[in-house]
Amino acid sequence: MAQKAIREYDGKALFSKQWENYFSGFHYGFKSVLVSSGAELLEIANKHGFEWLRQEALVAKPDMLFGKRGKNDLVLFKDKKPGDVTLAQAAKWIDEKSAHNTTLLSGQTGILTHYIVEPFTPHSQEQEYYISATTVGEDDVLYMSAEGGMEVEEGWDEKVIEVAVPISMSDADMEHAVRANIPSDIPAANKTAFASFAIQFFKFYRDMNFAYLEINPIVMLENNDMAILDLVARLDDTAGFMMKDTWGDIEYPTAFGMEDQSPEEKAIADADSKSGASLKLTVLNPMGRIWTMVAGGGASVVYADTIADYAEANGGSISDLANYGEYSGGPTTGETKFYADTVIDLMTRHKDPHGKDKLLIIGGAIANFTDVAKTFTGIIQSFEENAEKMKAHNTKIYVRRGGPNYEKGLKDIKEAADRLGLYIEVYGPETHVTDIVRMALEK
Amino acid sequence: MDKLYTKDTQAIFWNNNTTAIQRMLDYDYTIKRKTPSVAAIVAPTSGNKFEKFFYGPDEIMIPLFKTTAAAKAAQPQADVLLNFASFRTAYDVTMEALNLGGFSSIMITAEGIPERLARGMNEFARNKNVTVIGPATVGAIAPGAFKIANIGGTIENIVQSKLHRTGSCGLVTRSGGLFNELSNIIAINADGIAEGVAIGGDRFVGSVFIDNLLRMEKNPEVKYMILLGEVGGTEEYKVIEAMKDGRITKPIIAWCIGTIAKHFSSGVQFGHAGASANADAETAAYKNIAMAEAGMHVPESFNALPNKIKEVYEKLKADGVITEIAEPDMNVCPKVRKSKEFICTISDDRGDEATYAGFPISSLATPDTGKGIGDVVSLLWFKKQYPKWATDFIETVIKTVADHGPAVSGAHNAKVTARAGKSVVESLVTGLLTIGPRFGGAIDGAAQYFKYADDNKLSPADFLNHMKKEGVPIPGIGHRIKSLKNPDLRVEGLKKYANEHFPSTSLLDYALTVEQLTTSKKENLILNVDGTIGILMVDMWRALGYSEEEINEFISSGTLNAFFIVGRSIGFIGHVLDEKRLAMPMYRHPMSDILYDVQEAEKI
Repeated sequence: MAQKAIREYDGKALFSKQWENYFSGFHYGFKSVLVSSGAELLEIANKHGFEWLRQEALVAKPDMLFGKRGKNDLVLFKDKKPGDVTLAQAAKWIDEKSAHNTTLLSGQTGILTHYIVEPFTPHSQEQEYYISATTVGEDDVLYMSAEGGMEVEEGWDEKVIEVAVPISMSDADMEHAVRANIPSDIPAANKTAFASFAIQFFKFYRDMNFAYLEINPIVMLENNDMAILDLVARLDDTAGFMMKDTWGDIEYPTAFGMEDQSPEEKAIADADSKSGASLKLTVLNPMGRIWTMVAGGGASVVYADTIADYAEANGGSISDLANYGEYSGGPTTGETKFYADTVIDLMTRHKDPHGKDKLLIIGGAIANFTDVAKTFTGIIQSFEENAEKMKAHNTKIYVRRGGPNYEKGLKDIKEAADRLGLYIEVYGPETHVTDIVRMALEK
Repeated sequence: MDKLYTKDTQAIFWNNNTTAIQRMLDYDYTIKRKTPSVAAIVAPTSGNKFEKFFYGPDEIMIPLFKTTAAAKAAQPQADVLLNFASFRTAYDVTMEALNLGGFSSIMITAEGIPERLARGMNEFARNKNVTVIGPATVGAIAPGAFKIANIGGTIENIVQSKLHRTGSCGLVTRSGGLFNELSNIIAINADGIAEGVAIGGDRFVGSVFIDNLLRMEKNPEVKYMILLGEVGGTEEYKVIEAMKDGRITKPIIAWCIGTIAKHFSSGVQFGHAGASANADAETAAYKNIAMAEAGMHVPESFNALPNKIKEVYEKLKADGVITEIAEPDMNVCPKVRKSKEFICTISDDRGDEATYAGFPISSLATPDTGKGIGDVVSLLWFKKQYPKWATDFIETVIKTVADHGPAVSGAHNAKVTARAGKSVVESLVTGLLTIGPRFGGAIDGAAQYFKYADDNKLSPADFLNHMKKEGVPIPGIGHRIKSLKNPDLRVEGLKKYANEHFPSTSLLDYALTVEQLTTSKKENLILNVDGTIGILMVDMWRALGYSEEEINEFISSGTLNAFFIVGRSIGFIGHVLDEKRLAMPMYRHPMSDILYDVQEAEKI
């Protein structure tokens, strides 16, 4: 995927690093730390440059990509009254929150592991604004509002002004468009400064190759001092090769609650990262009875589509589909065997609760350059090792494939299955790519 | 442009991807194209000038260039760029080609070009009216005319999927893998495709569904169209609009893959980078309904797509819109081919009679043919028939340099070797091995330096200063005894011939202005015979229409020296035969002629 979310802390650090280059006339005192525990916070507070942690009132909140932290009651900014949180209280709060599972209003659940801690910034509601930018269709769009804070989502159309910036628009035209569209409810005294900030914000968003950048709220204090209270950002990671030095060592965390990849999925992801070929595996339902090994990205989608269609039409449900994934780009025999071993191992762990047969769909379109016989050799080797387990689960195998050397591949896999006593049906390009799904499910 | 490619379309292939290029040439041979579909290859880091490929059972050479600009200059008719650069450089390569101009379409295979760059690139191309296919695509095909790289897979699959000749369907997909599959489905259930494009899997691609479908609408070979979309994005709605406002009237069979996504709230990425639904309207199910409502032929599922294709095709056939297609003759690529170790482009001994650059030897050899040694040189060295004034000049040069007496180092060496009892060939090569920068090399040097000065418009005074800075005496200037007053008659003869027969003598004219300056400093600093030959050779090639780059290449490859080698071999052989006749004894140099200055070696 091209767009990757980054931590609020990393986003703010990037602002700070580039501040002098972009935001002339404004000040930003980057005071933020990212910690995983109360102890770590206390340790940083003893370091030179972080005296503010002991001297100022603090705000602490999880920094794990999800939003609506206020509504989820996950922002620590007051003990008795706003702006009285001490270092010790913040450390204690972090340890308390990390001690047990947290479930968000959205239903995501997991353990909190990363927190951002910053000084409490006293300010009035009038000083809060909203600003963000992203790509919509072919254009970039800058969004501005005189109202910051979490209420902005209610009444978006009335409160937020949009400025579309086509990719080929000159800076002069962009600046003109922004200045002409500053929200009318921004106080007259602040309009010029806000316009200037908005223009620089847009250039920063653009030059840093953000796909999405939102500050909600941005607070304009006295003397053009800016406070970035809440930030959400996604980078276009395909620009990584050009932005390496500018971005630095930026981390792309997985979404909260999604971290718990199974060891098998991790192993496949690991093999994928080391291979020139593409190996992907997502377990959708470990108890499901339909398991797939599909070659090719597009083909893997149509197999999943078709399984959903026919499972529902034949008295089953989408939960019958156990996994989604692909192997493509000319994997070696060894890589294919590993992939097959993993899928067959997962498939033979649980008996079907309704006593039905397990279905293994070995599908694929007509390959452009992948040698079908070579990849099937890996699958056959896996059959040889796992035949007894597969038989114990009444596995029925359906194969469809075309491409270089497919005749040999199909013949080999049929012979191997027959020799091992496995149920198999084998089809080539004369059969429609997904028709084996119908055959398997209509039985 | 109502067709993306024709049977005359030629491409410049950026990156020497030999497997993909070979597949294109196998296709060309199969469909009996007159010219190969790849006219040039850009290989920035290769030192080679060409790459060999099979063309059916034979081999052909495709020229290699270091830059797109050089490839385009050499093959201006090639108006398709196949950009196989990596995601790091694909943007720069595309932008350079767009700025160069002369391309009607550019295909980009790299996946993961930074989105902002891709957007700018696509916009720039659109403004220049250039069709971009990709990024992140396997390409496009106009069956029976032109095929990009690996699209369609192996040649066997191409023929099986009827991609070797024009059918009736216009096919547009996002996915490259399913493009192949769809071609197969269309071959089985209908009569193949007329034009097909896989638009690419990245979020921002150049030409989108609507761009390609509007072109196919105008292509008379396309009778109906198939659109295979994907979950995510809103491009399909542009097609719906075009159907509503009448810009598209041909039947469209459409399906969006990724209906599975509705069963999973988030976290699972089904398919490409561009495939992620941010709103209801971007889901596959929603788009399928919308397309059906707009009047497209939408099957009930992907699995029902073949039947839908058959149904629409049969209806169009019954209505007389589609008629039976006659299957054309094809060539069959041999399964086993062996690459040749050597290449010869000048002569051929395979026929009845050996030829020099296509001319049987008997048509050149005898006096009645009117051909001389100059003609033979022009055929075997330059693969061209030079006009008589030029072949006469070549012969004049060979005669002029044939010998310069026994005292020059080459002749002396040949004589010493002959007196040691060695054969003609051994004695000859000993003499020839002396030829180099100091002996005979002035011809090369004069051509090189005078041409440099002339190319760079240096005044004679600037030229002299330049050579002074280089610390090199001007090659071709100066004679032991001759001067303007006492001219070298060989030089006079060459100059006279050139003035009378050359169409122009620009470099000689320049050299004579230099000579005026040098002789004003010292009388014997005249343009000597080596200099005159080198300079007039440049004038000859200029008059024959060679480019300055080609002439520079002649000079750097040592062609001028070769004239001296051929001519002087005549003289050396004369000296060797002379020694054989005289039967002089083994030569020993007199000790009195050697300065002996030998010190005892120091210990270190």
